[in-house]
Amino acid sequence: MQGEREISYADVNRDVVRSLVETGSKYYITLGISATVTLLCFFFPWFYQLHYGIGAAGMNQPTVWGTYLASFIFWIGLSHSGTLLSCVLHLTNSEWRKAMYRSAEAMTLFSLLVAATMVMVHVGRPWFVHWAVPYPNQMEMWPNFRSPLMFDVMAITTYLTGSSIFIYMGSIPDFAAVRDRTTGWRHHMYVLLSLGWRGTDTEWHRLGWAYTFLAVLIIPLAVSVHSIVSWDFALSVVPALHQTIFAPYFVVGAIYSGTAGIVTVMYFLRKYMNFEHYITKLHFDNLGKLLLVLSLIWTYINAVELFTGWYSETSFEIEALRYKLFGFYAPLYWEMILFCAVAPLLLISKRFRTSFVPMLILSIAINIGMYTERFLIVATSLSRQYLPDSWRVYVPSFVEISILVGSLAMFITLFLIFVKIFPSVSIYEVKETLPEPEPKPQTKAGVPEWQPTR
Amino acid sequence: MSFIDNFLARWQEYREPGYYKEFDYAWTMTIDLDRCTGCEACVTACQAENNIPIVGERGLAQGREMQWMRIERYWEGEYPDIKLGFIPMLCQHCDAAPCETVCPVSATYHNQDGLNAQVYNRCIGTRSCAVYCPYEVRYFNYNNHHWDAPLDEQLNPDVSVREKGVMEKCTFCIQRIRQAKDTAKDEERRVGDGDVQPACVQTCPAEALVFGDRNDPQSQVSQSMNDPRAYHVLEEVNTAPSVVYLKKVETDAG
Repeated sequence: MQGEREISYADVNRDVVRSLVETGSKYYITLGISATVTLLCFFFPWFYQLHYGIGAAGMNQPTVWGTYLASFIFWIGLSHSGTLLSCVLHLTNSEWRKAMYRSAEAMTLFSLLVAATMVMVHVGRPWFVHWAVPYPNQMEMWPNFRSPLMFDVMAITTYLTGSSIFIYMGSIPDFAAVRDRTTGWRHHMYVLLSLGWRGTDTEWHRLGWAYTFLAVLIIPLAVSVHSIVSWDFALSVVPALHQTIFAPYFVVGAIYSGTAGIVTVMYFLRKYMNFEHYITKLHFDNLGKLLLVLSLIWTYINAVELFTGWYSETSFEIEALRYKLFGFYAPLYWEMILFCAVAPLLLISKRFRTSFVPMLILSIAINIGMYTERFLIVATSLSRQYLPDSWRVYVPSFVEISILVGSLAMFITLFLIFVKIFPSVSIYEVKETLPEPEPKPQTKAGVPEWQPTR
Repeated sequence: MSFIDNFLARWQEYREPGYYKEFDYAWTMTIDLDRCTGCEACVTACQAENNIPIVGERGLAQGREMQWMRIERYWEGEYPDIKLGFIPMLCQHCDAAPCETVCPVSATYHNQDGLNAQVYNRCIGTRSCAVYCPYEVRYFNYNNHHWDAPLDEQLNPDVSVREKGVMEKCTFCIQRIRQAKDTAKDEERRVGDGDVQPACVQTCPAEALVFGDRNDPQSQVSQSMNDPRAYHVLEEVNTAPSVVYLKKVETDAG
């Protein structure tokens, strides 16, 4: 840990418990605002849409998918940072992972929840959405096992389950640590959450084994989830969607936007939860390097996508390409290129990577660009399909934009609740990186002196 | 090794049910573009037969027309040297339909008559079938539609009225096919050529549309399919459509 000052084991406990217990008025105001926005911008328009039908959104005949699906891919993509990155870094023994992985994994969890909600918003009859899940029923009907959408349901459910278990299991020792230092209802809650953790050698051994096992399990899962999401598009015969590059394209895009998301979240955690000593320039530097590599891969894949379209020499593909680069949505396309391919080149400079505010701005810009990318995948391809008679431009309606804003507020609300329940910096793993403290003076009985901290 | 042989045979049977090789009836339509005048009588007939809602001015402006059969118009050249081509577009009832593979709940499937059937009650409205369809002939109910009195009196009782959030499309007037098959079954014979006609075929004043069973080599549609002008729209997408178009022959050589 490269803090400005040395931190000790006791400091870690104190700081993390403080982040859970001490709540300022600023927190409540932020939580209140985001919860209100969620209600007003997400749930009200959604109820209206449930009542009126999908017609409340701006979709039309050829472009039957719109921002709801784009948001769905976006949130799934954002979820890819956390658990995947955490697993990879855990397996490669990266020390710098330890201060940031908890909040990154929480991001995974909550963006997956928001993505699942977006599916409900997207479908025409959400009250029947459980039909896409294979369960025994009196109709003796199964879902269509050939359908990429059905693969999607399976993949996302598995990923959600896997990453919830992963984040929970990694937090058990921390729940126990917090349990021992809190009182009142919090104490009771952490007693339940810590599952009777005592910190014996056997327990640590089993936790380490299970944690690595889950990490190995989750990496292929995370890669497969976004590949499957890409098949929703790539398995169609729509020009510009029917491409083999789509699976790696989506996976790279997902990790890219997710890593940018982590930078954003880390900035705010550092600033407002007083984790300056734990989340340091080192983290931003390393994440910046990762972002740079990802942006280069992403740019390459985009170039390949354009090249294959041009090389196919079919009029449909060429038209789709022309429409993307110079058509109705072209300003959005060039905005995406600016934010996701050109601007991240600034990360070459170490000075940029280690300055916090520019990194925050860049990370937000990348995510705006990545949302645009998802929107363009849906909008440009569907509005220009085979038959020119049915070409029609699609513009999102007010309800759609409101739900987009609301889904962001929902994510923030969930995250704000999370930071008060979960220790958002891993206590025990941060301690592993610190120098061991001097052994405490022993009492006569050979038991360390214990002082209550209430 | 009879067990393994038996298992393999059962597996084969499961993988390829009989009707995947040969349909009981292979309903097919041919559309002679040389005869089509673009009068849109078929569109109106379809609208009346299948309880297709009128979306109104607002729906039209939002690009949400519901026409299971539509006439696409393509202009060629600049005024005054201008040519107008029509192509009626309806569900092609593809034998390798992209829409059938993508539906997560199997709301659209291929039946034993080679028809691409749509089960409204099963549809959850993911709209992926409409994305996957290269012909853009699937129509989504963006909201509930209603028929002002006395228009509700003329709803066809044989066809369901679809609710919001459900996909719908041309069925080749499956209610008429069912009726013809029932009658034929009572009389213990196969459905003969000309026993059943969808509303559009029945209405076409120029007789541009021909409907029938292509399994029967003597039927009018089988003979019409053998015309050298016959082609499929978007053949390169490999969907094996059941609608065959007969190319318009350009007569003005000047």
